[in-house]
Amino acid sequence: MTRGTRALLLGVAVLLVSVLLGLLVGPVRIAPGDALGWLVSFGHRPSGMSLQQAAILADLRLPRVIVAGLVGAALSASGAAYQAVFRNPLADPYLLGAAAGAGLGATVAVAFGPATAFEITVPLAAFLGALAGVGLAYGLGRSSLGGRSATSLILGGIAVASFLTAVQTFIQQQRSETLRQVYSWILGRLGTAGWDDARVAVPSVVIAVATLWLVRRLLDVIEVGDLEAESLGLNVGRLRLVVVVAASLATAAAVSVAGLIGFVGIIVPHTVRLLTGTSYRRVLPFSVLFGAAFLILVDLVARTAIAPAEIPIGVLTAFLGAPFFVLALRRSGRRIA
Amino acid sequence: MSDLDALELSGVGMNIDGREILRDVAFEVPSGSWTCVVGPNGAGKTTLLHAVAGLVPFEGDVRLWGVPIASYRRRERARRIALVPQQPVIPEGMTVERYVSLGRTPHLGVLGAEGTADLVAVDTALGRLDLAWARDRRLDTLSGGELQRAVLARALAQEAPLLLLDEPTTGLDLGHQLQVLELVNELRREHGLTVLSTMHDLTLAGRFADGFVLLSQGRPVATGARGDVLDAALIQEHFGANVRVIGDPEVGWAVVPVSGGR
Repeated sequence: MTRGTRALLLGVAVLLVSVLLGLLVGPVRIAPGDALGWLVSFGHRPSGMSLQQAAILADLRLPRVIVAGLVGAALSASGAAYQAVFRNPLADPYLLGAAAGAGLGATVAVAFGPATAFEITVPLAAFLGALAGVGLAYGLGRSSLGGRSATSLILGGIAVASFLTAVQTFIQQQRSETLRQVYSWILGRLGTAGWDDARVAVPSVVIAVATLWLVRRLLDVIEVGDLEAESLGLNVGRLRLVVVVAASLATAAAVSVAGLIGFVGIIVPHTVRLLTGTSYRRVLPFSVLFGAAFLILVDLVARTAIAPAEIPIGVLTAFLGAPFFVLALRRSGRRIA
Repeated sequence: MSDLDALELSGVGMNIDGREILRDVAFEVPSGSWTCVVGPNGAGKTTLLHAVAGLVPFEGDVRLWGVPIASYRRRERARRIALVPQQPVIPEGMTVERYVSLGRTPHLGVLGAEGTADLVAVDTALGRLDLAWARDRRLDTLSGGELQRAVLARALAQEAPLLLLDEPTTGLDLGHQLQVLELVNELRREHGLTVLSTMHDLTLAGRFADGFVLLSQGRPVATGARGDVLDAALIQEHFGANVRVIGDPEVGWAVVPVSGGR
């Protein structure tokens, strides 16, 4: 077995342990053996498990764990992908304006769209919003803020995010009947995550993450800059487009089901880089695995720390993420100067 | 193939925002030779190399072993032409081995999976440039000379018959300058490479290259052998430098600045 395979198996094991913990921990105690037996038999109730316990697993904890895992994988993978194609260690779905764009798109869909088709219109509008957000941030960072430095892209992203969020707030004010619905979702919610959310997120996240996983080796080539990458025969423009579209699709899916959960795209890829080195052939797969595990565990803390109340998960990730952002900023200091 | 010119330029021109960068550039690079483009700052040397590498649009005709370069697709072109830029981007944290393996990019499948041939090419390049010991080192821990060898190793792993070197000795001390140029010369002989380079140091250029192009304000003002191009009067005219060209049997050939007036 190669070193790479062993590391990958370790990553899968970490994810499985997180899933199991997510299923076990909560106000109703469930024996680990029972939960494991239930999981590996695809929902057959072991003899020691009550009907109520089985229902809690099937209807509450499992969908929540799945949605948390999908959202974590999507945000981490798209963070790593944005960082690669913009050659910018600070790039993240939130700082780039992708999430704000997705938020605005989803709000527009909720406020003006037909209520019967939310399952389709919300993710679609979120996707278009995410693409528009990244496009604006990239264009603004390059044209008006003078150059390709790490900070100019992020400043562009922050400007775009503030603007889009303002528009979103305005729409909410105009449509106060949908305010509650949108507001609860903006804070970042996994509390109500159910199978509907999983169904909405699965196709986009799987397509996007699979695409990013497949092109991971080419992401290393962009590291030497557009000119040299082109001289090595890479179609940089096309790759950047594919990656931005995939990452924005993943971001939009995450925002559609879980609202705004920040910093995951910074925390996870940077931690992975410390563990596996900087090559995207490792960074991307491990960002997917650890990203899923990370958000499942953070959600576990969010729902148990002050039980029966819940801490909004976005608050927790921001709490963890701000120091990481400072770390990333310091590491990239030389390039910014 | 060897009787053909490796590279043939005619009527190459380029304008950026209405400003003329190159005009009527025409010369040949014989297969297996080392041709050096010299000229003052801003003469268009780097732009010319980028045009040959297909990285910037241009007018005119560039042929690679008789085939118009525009007819090659990007990857096909990258299998034939390797570029060593003047200031290569050094990705933070990347290992030497991974960096050299990027040279295999034009040979890989769509998704960039490597085969045995690719791993062998990377090993060979690392070994040839004495970097096998450094394969797991991070690029940003290497010295300037080692780094330049890593960049050359990447170009060698690319297995392209035409090597474009943009100021390959920038930032190196005299000893390392000579080392790098001698290395390029050895690689050229061993692998039958054709080299087109730019160089500021006219003495080193004159000692290593066998064909010369003097570029001034985007135009080729002299092409040919050393004696025709690296001439004191031409250097005075285009570099504004007062020099004497010496061919001392003991010291060798050199372009030496003359102090004071002529």
